[in-house]
Amino acid sequence: MSEAAPQLSVDSATGIDVTLPLAGAGARSYAFVVDWHVRVVLGLAWYGAAGLLYNYLRDGGLSVAPPSDNEPRWFGAVLVPALALYFLYHPVLELIMRGSTPGKRLAGVRVVTRDGGAPSAGALLVRNVFRLVDSLPLAYGLGLTLVALTREHVRCGDMAAGTLLVYESSSAALAVTPASTAGALDVASAELIAELLTRWPLLTAPARAALARTLLGRCGRSAEELAQLDETALRQALIEATRPQGEAR
Amino acid sequence: MSADAGRSALAHALLKRAPLWQEAEARARRFRSGRSDDPAEAARVADDYRLLAHDLARARLLLPRSRAREYLESVYASVHATLNHGGWRLGATLEKLFREEIPASMVWLAPYLAWATTLFVLAAAAGYALVDRFPELIALFASPDLIASVERGKLWTEGLLNIAPSSVLSVQILANNIVVSLFAYCSGFLFGLGTLYILGLNGLMLGAIFAYVAQHGLGGALASFIVAHGCVELSVMCLSGAAGAAVGEALMRPGSRGRIAAFRAAALRSGAVLVACAVLLVGAGLIEGFVSPDPRIALGIKIAIGVGYWLFMLALLSGRLWPPQGSR
Repeated sequence: MSEAAPQLSVDSATGIDVTLPLAGAGARSYAFVVDWHVRVVLGLAWYGAAGLLYNYLRDGGLSVAPPSDNEPRWFGAVLVPALALYFLYHPVLELIMRGSTPGKRLAGVRVVTRDGGAPSAGALLVRNVFRLVDSLPLAYGLGLTLVALTREHVRCGDMAAGTLLVYESSSAALAVTPASTAGALDVASAELIAELLTRWPLLTAPARAALARTLLGRCGRSAEELAQLDETALRQALIEATRPQGEAR
Repeated sequence: MSADAGRSALAHALLKRAPLWQEAEARARRFRSGRSDDPAEAARVADDYRLLAHDLARARLLLPRSRAREYLESVYASVHATLNHGGWRLGATLEKLFREEIPASMVWLAPYLAWATTLFVLAAAAGYALVDRFPELIALFASPDLIASVERGKLWTEGLLNIAPSSVLSVQILANNIVVSLFAYCSGFLFGLGTLYILGLNGLMLGAIFAYVAQHGLGGALASFIVAHGCVELSVMCLSGAAGAAVGEALMRPGSRGRIAAFRAAALRSGAVLVACAVLLVGAGLIEGFVSPDPRIALGIKIAIGVGYWLFMLALLSGRLWPPQGSR
């Protein structure tokens, strides 16, 4: 028997807890690797394009090599933006995308507070500042160790910021479409039929037959057709009416 | 058989409501992103919340291992967060940070700041006394190039602009200062010991170098170099040290809460100040690159810039840069 995945459970006003499955080291690493590639590509793309343009405008050459002297314009237009793209990618994007990044979105995870809400700007910044600690001694060694060892799969930055990484289901995962349920019962009828089938043995024969005919009439069966069905056939017809016409799992 | 048929009927009826869930998700997303603030729509989000709670309870019972349940859990959590935490607007979030969170953190950090400043000043005094008494110890604190320059009767800061332009210098300095400041904070994670080390070491170095240049008659020149950017730079160093010390104390003495809960509370409360520190260090780096090494700028102007920027820092950290909420 497999152990249930750890999840975040939050009380709600409706009495139905909010539960979110917690992401582990795999989802975290996947998101990080995607984000790392994105920021490397973005940084290099900026460096390449801006460097090429800079050198072309400067002396007509097609090169990305830095000028021999420390030119402030090259520094400000080429190098600093490229480094900013690389180093500020996580804090800025998490702020703008409310605890998400392209990598996290691809991995189907997002950062939330311990009550399931979006983290504050302060929390997101603290979470990212502590990357300095999590990345020690190298390759996020401490962070990954903590994720593997802690019950909630959190790294040091998450502990400091009070955040968790949770899975987020998208509507694409919902394998139900209106087409697959077309022609089926409406909710009220389905609930009534379920109730009637549950109480079938408790009701008198005339009462359950009358109720069955009324409910099957709502499902489009004609009165003449229903009048010819005996009690057993009526019950069978009720069961048939509840069968889905196309179904997800 | 009847019970199974009933469950099947309910499950099927439940799945028919998927379009309603998708509408609820889209509505919640519009509210969260601040694209809608219509009261009627808000009321519908509240209705969605009840509908989703009802359907989720059913789905947990009838379809416990289905994607529909997973999706419902996610949408329900999303609507719950929207109703309980409101929409997310970057501008409002940052305004709240600077207007409320940073001033509140500063009040809480005041005792830590006093201790961190005391430690820094004592370390600086110790460094000064040490090198003043034993000049040869400067080799422990300063690079050979710096020592050689001072022995030639010149500050290493002279002609700095001939080596690198102001913009290059500024970026190098501010990046270095921000990293040191963040490390001073993060190293509080080592039960505060890392923070104490960084504060103490920086204080010792500052005092030692001042003592050494003073012995060579360059103390005034170094002070005039430092005054424009140093007031804020050194204050920020003490501030990030104070934040790190608060984190360290929470780990060492968590009180009635658990150690992790205390650490989280301290890191969150003190962490807000780091945003202000980073912003202030960008300004200090620009001053250090453009103003401090420029011999054409008079000392009086440098002092005015240093004091003015320090007063700006006080206003920023105390929240006085923004008018009170009610007066707008």
